[in-house]
Amino acid sequence: MAHSDLAVVGAGPAGMAAAVTAAEAGLSVTLLDEQPRPGGQIYRDVDRAAARRGDILGADFTVGVRLTGALAQPGVAHVPGATVWAIEAGWRLLYTRDGRAAEVTADRVILATGAMERPMPLPGWTLPGVMTAGAGQILLKQSGLVPREAVLVGCGPLLYLVAAQMVRAGVPPRALVETQTKAELIAAFRHAGGALRNGPALAKGLGLIAEIAGAGIDRHTGATDIAIDGEGQAEAVRFRAGGRVHRIPARTVLLHHGVVPNTQAARSLGIAHRWDHGQHCFAPVLDGWGETERAGLFIAGDGAGIAGAKAAEAAGRLAALQAGRQAGRLSRGQRDRQAAPLRAALSRERALRPFLDAAYPPHAPALRPPDATVVCRCEEVTAGDIRRYATLGCTGPNQAKAFGRAGMGPCQGRYCGLTVTALLAEANRQSPEATGYYRIRPPLKPVTLGELAAMDAPARDAAE
Amino acid sequence: MKPASPFLELDEGPRVRVVFDGTPLDLRAGANLAAALLAAGVQTLRHTSVSGAPRGPFCMMGACYDCLVEIDGVVRQACMTEVAEGMEIARPRAGEAGHGA
Ligand SMILES: Cc1cc2nc3c(=O)[nH]c(=O)nc-3n(C[C@H](O)[C@H](O)[C@H](O)COP(=O)(O)OP(=O)(O)OC[C@H]3O[C@@H](n4cnc5c(N)ncnc54)[C@H](O)[C@@H]3O)c2cc1C
Ligand code: FES
Repeated sequence: MAHSDLAVVGAGPAGMAAAVTAAEAGLSVTLLDEQPRPGGQIYRDVDRAAARRGDILGADFTVGVRLTGALAQPGVAHVPGATVWAIEAGWRLLYTRDGRAAEVTADRVILATGAMERPMPLPGWTLPGVMTAGAGQILLKQSGLVPREAVLVGCGPLLYLVAAQMVRAGVPPRALVETQTKAELIAAFRHAGGALRNGPALAKGLGLIAEIAGAGIDRHTGATDIAIDGEGQAEAVRFRAGGRVHRIPARTVLLHHGVVPNTQAARSLGIAHRWDHGQHCFAPVLDGWGETERAGLFIAGDGAGIAGAKAAEAAGRLAALQAGRQAGRLSRGQRDRQAAPLRAALSRERALRPFLDAAYPPHAPALRPPDATVVCRCEEVTAGDIRRYATLGCTGPNQAKAFGRAGMGPCQGRYCGLTVTALLAEANRQSPEATGYYRIRPPLKPVTLGELAAMDAPARDAAE
Repeated sequence: MKPASPFLELDEGPRVRVVFDGTPLDLRAGANLAAALLAAGVQTLRHTSVSGAPRGPFCMMGACYDCLVEIDGVVRQACMTEVAEGMEIARPRAGEAGHGA
């Protein structure tokens, strides 16, 4: 059984930077990621895609090869294609790779499992042809596919980035149906001071909007009453904007209204989470190094709160420095000297967020959808079902499982958890914090009996 | 006749034969299976066990489980699988895609 000083889960910017910084400090590191190639969401498959279509994806993407390249050093054992499904204190990580379960142990763990897109339950969002904007972008990065006749729906920087990348690929989207209003944009300017601390990022955002405008793409802002129509697959997006109803034919609909931390692994370990009012999501409670209340367990990157790739990289390094300090490989002075510029970078990146969060808030009707809308995709539980549970006395997401199957399908609540919390909070006139979130138990991802049977016998016995 | 692909394909490469739901398809070897099926015009990968509603890839990052298919008898996420020669892919029977083991 493999043992290392540090195990890192997730090979995005946070995890890659953490692994390399820890190895440089002299720690042995195992880096696990379920994707076949390193990069995480932003730098997905960058080693191959940068050469093939760096011009389409842009410099903020191709820069990722710096991080993937640094992994090639003796201190880091990168295990690709490894889906981690259980983490036990002490620390022991169980994962599946190539149809076999396996395990590693480590003195310390950094969770760098990143973010996922905020669920956007709209009427018709389960139809084939409807995907997240991030999924559309993954198709482009990893597979070189660009949807024709696509409509992008929602708000936020990633929506503009995907639209601009599609323009550069020669297949502009048919339209952008944007949910933010002018009033929100104007109100966001009270955070302009913070945004100006990160001028280059702000300029890039404006550049993307100019690129979209230059391509002559229809933009509808302040859209409401959005629904996706189709028999068996997406056929059109219907919405109200500028005082009238629109219907735009579309074979692919890409939804996005922000990203939220993927907290499944942290929650499975019982880590406390707080409600972030600005970002409308839960985030784990951490100290200044990213360490949780459980000694030796760190969380870095967008899984700790959304701040983007550069912040993720800095946070990954900070956690690794503290792990190195705890392992006795770095002196306090060495740690703090390396940490100072990282803290400055982190605060610069975070300064932009209040502006972005205010300018592109989540689409309110998709946080608390109408009764007929499916909120739990796996078990097809509707918003009306959840509201009905509340009238029967259901106060929290875990109790909801006694009333129906919401959150009990294979995605384990990843795409309904925040919606169920919001619906119950509203119905019971409680805060999201008081309402709580699903209790997450391992396995974090479904494991088959065949995969367990293929595990070495001693490890299997321990797993049972 | 298969419907024209709703996607522009930027990459080329050698193709291998797989069978999806009884229909032979030539997909790019080593490509992401969910992406390759979308490019081949296949949008529906399964039907839900609750209402029988059609589903296709949604997140492409292994989180939503809407891309479950049965490959050589084992239910797997198409978005986490690479295309290999001779794969026998089927839409999972109702009920099977709902719950991993
Ligand atoms: C779909 C998507 C697309 C995005 N695109 C962009 C973009 O183009 N530009 C941008 O600036 N920001 C983008 N973002 C925002 C993104 O969150 C950050 O930019 C950045 O990727 C965060 O880095 P990270 O290291 O924290 O996590 P990530 O980059 O998300 O990396 C997390 C890694 O953890 C792995 N992982 C998660 N759970 C497990 C598990 N149980 N077992 C094994 N491995 C696991 C994942 O496979 C992933 O590789 C995107 C976000 C999403 C969700
Ligand atoms: S498309 Fe979401 S898990 Fe495959």
